[in-house]
Amino acid sequence: MTLKDVKPGQVCVIEGIGKKSTLRKRIIDMGLTIGTTIEVRKLAPLGDPIEILIRGYHLSLRKAEAAEVFVRLI
Amino acid sequence: MGLHIALVGNPNSGKTTLFNDLTGSNQYVGNWPGVTVEKKTGKAKHDHLPIDITDLPGIYSFSTYTLEEVIAREFVESGDVDVIINIVDASNIERNLFLTLQLLEMRKPMVIAMNMMDVLKTRGTLLDCVALSKQLNVPIVPIVASKSQGIKELLQTAVEQMGIIPPLPMIYNEQLENVIVMVEKKLKIDVMSRMHAVRYVEEGGIAVLGHIIDPIFLAQLNEEVEKKIAFKNIDRDMVISDEKYAFITSLVKGVTTQIKEKEKYSLSDKIDTIVTHRILAIPIFLLVMFGLFSLSFGPVGSFFKSNFEWLIQEGVIIPISSLLELLEVSDWLYSLVVDGVLGGVGSVLSFLPEITILFLTLSILEDTGYMARAAFIMDRLLRKFGLSGRSFIPMIMGFGCTVPALMATRTLESERDRRLTMMITPFMSCGARFPIYAVFAAAFFANSQATIVFSIYLLGIVIAVLSGIILKRFVTKGKISSFIMELPEYRWPTPKNLLLHTWDRVRGFIIKAGTVILVAMVIIWFLQSFDFSFRMVDDSVNSIFGIIGTKLAVIFQPLGFGDWRSAMSLIVGLVAKEAVVGTLGVLYGVGEAAVDNPELLSAPLRTMFTPLSAYSFMAFTLLYMPCIAAFAAMKREMNSWKWTLIAVSYQTTVAWLVAFAIYQGGLLIGLG
Repeated sequence: MTLKDVKPGQVCVIEGIGKKSTLRKRIIDMGLTIGTTIEVRKLAPLGDPIEILIRGYHLSLRKAEAAEVFVRLI
Repeated sequence: MGLHIALVGNPNSGKTTLFNDLTGSNQYVGNWPGVTVEKKTGKAKHDHLPIDITDLPGIYSFSTYTLEEVIAREFVESGDVDVIINIVDASNIERNLFLTLQLLEMRKPMVIAMNMMDVLKTRGTLLDCVALSKQLNVPIVPIVASKSQGIKELLQTAVEQMGIIPPLPMIYNEQLENVIVMVEKKLKIDVMSRMHAVRYVEEGGIAVLGHIIDPIFLAQLNEEVEKKIAFKNIDRDMVISDEKYAFITSLVKGVTTQIKEKEKYSLSDKIDTIVTHRILAIPIFLLVMFGLFSLSFGPVGSFFKSNFEWLIQEGVIIPISSLLELLEVSDWLYSLVVDGVLGGVGSVLSFLPEITILFLTLSILEDTGYMARAAFIMDRLLRKFGLSGRSFIPMIMGFGCTVPALMATRTLESERDRRLTMMITPFMSCGARFPIYAVFAAAFFANSQATIVFSIYLLGIVIAVLSGIILKRFVTKGKISSFIMELPEYRWPTPKNLLLHTWDRVRGFIIKAGTVILVAMVIIWFLQSFDFSFRMVDDSVNSIFGIIGTKLAVIFQPLGFGDWRSAMSLIVGLVAKEAVVGTLGVLYGVGEAAVDNPELLSAPLRTMFTPLSAYSFMAFTLLYMPCIAAFAAMKREMNSWKWTLIAVSYQTTVAWLVAFAIYQGGLLIGLG
């Protein structure tokens, strides 16, 4: 499954990140590396983007970008 | 020779606050060579040693090639920097240390300023700076930038570090380290060889940034790296960042202790449960926007404005005009000074209090972290109009001044989003256009001034949105950018930061009034007082201005304001929008009096406009091409004459069409 499918309140671990691209590089440089825990905090009022908690800080990304992040629920 | 320090750190790490602490008001804002990204430099002193401090753009990483990252890297690489101060947000340490590791690989004298130690403490976390410093081989000075704590020690340490290049910690595992060392040896680059080697392992390819190297040699090297790095089960471009974060994770684990149970939700989180709440978020957002405008242009703003006007009138205009009368100067000189200069500049300056409040409230929204939330809330909606949530920040800033708003589009990554945002940001009514609405609303809509002015602002937003929908289809095709944005913790803005920030912007307004507008007013006074054979005219319709204006006015006839004076005021408005009011003041010969008493300008305006044509005029001034300063900023930021000209032609055409629709439509339904 991908980060896009994770519901607010759920916690997951990153297993992989999509194809090679500048977007992927950016995602990784922000700390979303394989094995890192993510908590999905909420959806924006209009349903997109999402807010996640990672490495102790809050990050927002769109569902289209979250779909690039492969995760496993824990 | 003094010392040159570069200040590097993540956005939201308190970098600006630290910069203000270090340099006080002793700051100079300029541009980086070749680009328009703001370059801030300041002066400090330590034990009589003069120190220059340059504030680099806030970045998360050196690797993704945004303009700001390139600037920061080039500056550090240039050799002008003696010592780097790397500010690290202790409450967000893992991500902040990522940049630190990249900086260490640049092999420069460096010191870490560990900020927000107080925030960390309230979370019940202890950070052992001594142990961390030992592991990284870099001195660490704990500071609280918002309370100016630790600043002296920081400077002291920075001075001591001069000339010392810290040995690198073992960031990578042995195999990867060996590959990097091999590449470093083979590339033989003398400056920042380590950084280039790491980057090469990461990206490969046939080029090394800024260096000319034989492509055949590089192709061989590339293959070799490819083979050796295959030990890790992930792609090559991920390996370096992955190992850096792995190093950071274990490092941080070793130097922090949790002394009390961490609360699951911080105060900032609790605020966000309301502010970005599924249902409450949008009403709160609208309330904030309403507050922003009612504070600036409502009772508070007008209270300060009327007092300030009184001050200008009593303190400047009356003394000077009585002095001139006393000196019995000639009529033309009196007219030049009192009607031209004092009248024009005065009417512009009288809006200073309202604009100051607007800039101040915008600074508060930025400094507290609300702007990021607004972008988060609005992203989905703005995407429908071909924009991004991040376009929202420049658009809001556009209510202050279009120039910084255009510069703020730099946070947008995709060229397409940026261009589109720049094309519609001028529709957000800037502070300088407000005086025009104020004068016209007072003259024609005395009982509903606020509603009328508000409707003009709303018109700008509606036109911007419609433009987004149209332009995204026809003009700017391309892929939509990403929206990876930090939602920083809410913070109390420090008064010092707010004041410096606001003053920075207000100063621009005052300088403009004292220079560009002053000159424009003198020229206008001249052009409307003399004819083509340079004789002073009795009736300004026969002046140079009057003759040109009468010809131009034909264009505006269908919009309801075919008078030469309004036509010329619009032309002068291109110099600076606030000059429209000043020009009308000068042309109607009420000059200085218009400042003291807007009613004086109301009377002549009422002879030339009907309420309908007045509204059409307001709409036109809202929408047509922005002032020269904004035009120049747009040209620089778009870096294309073609797109800049397309943008201003589009804006002016839209202005004409909308004003036409308002006036002719109004006539049809029997208004006016």
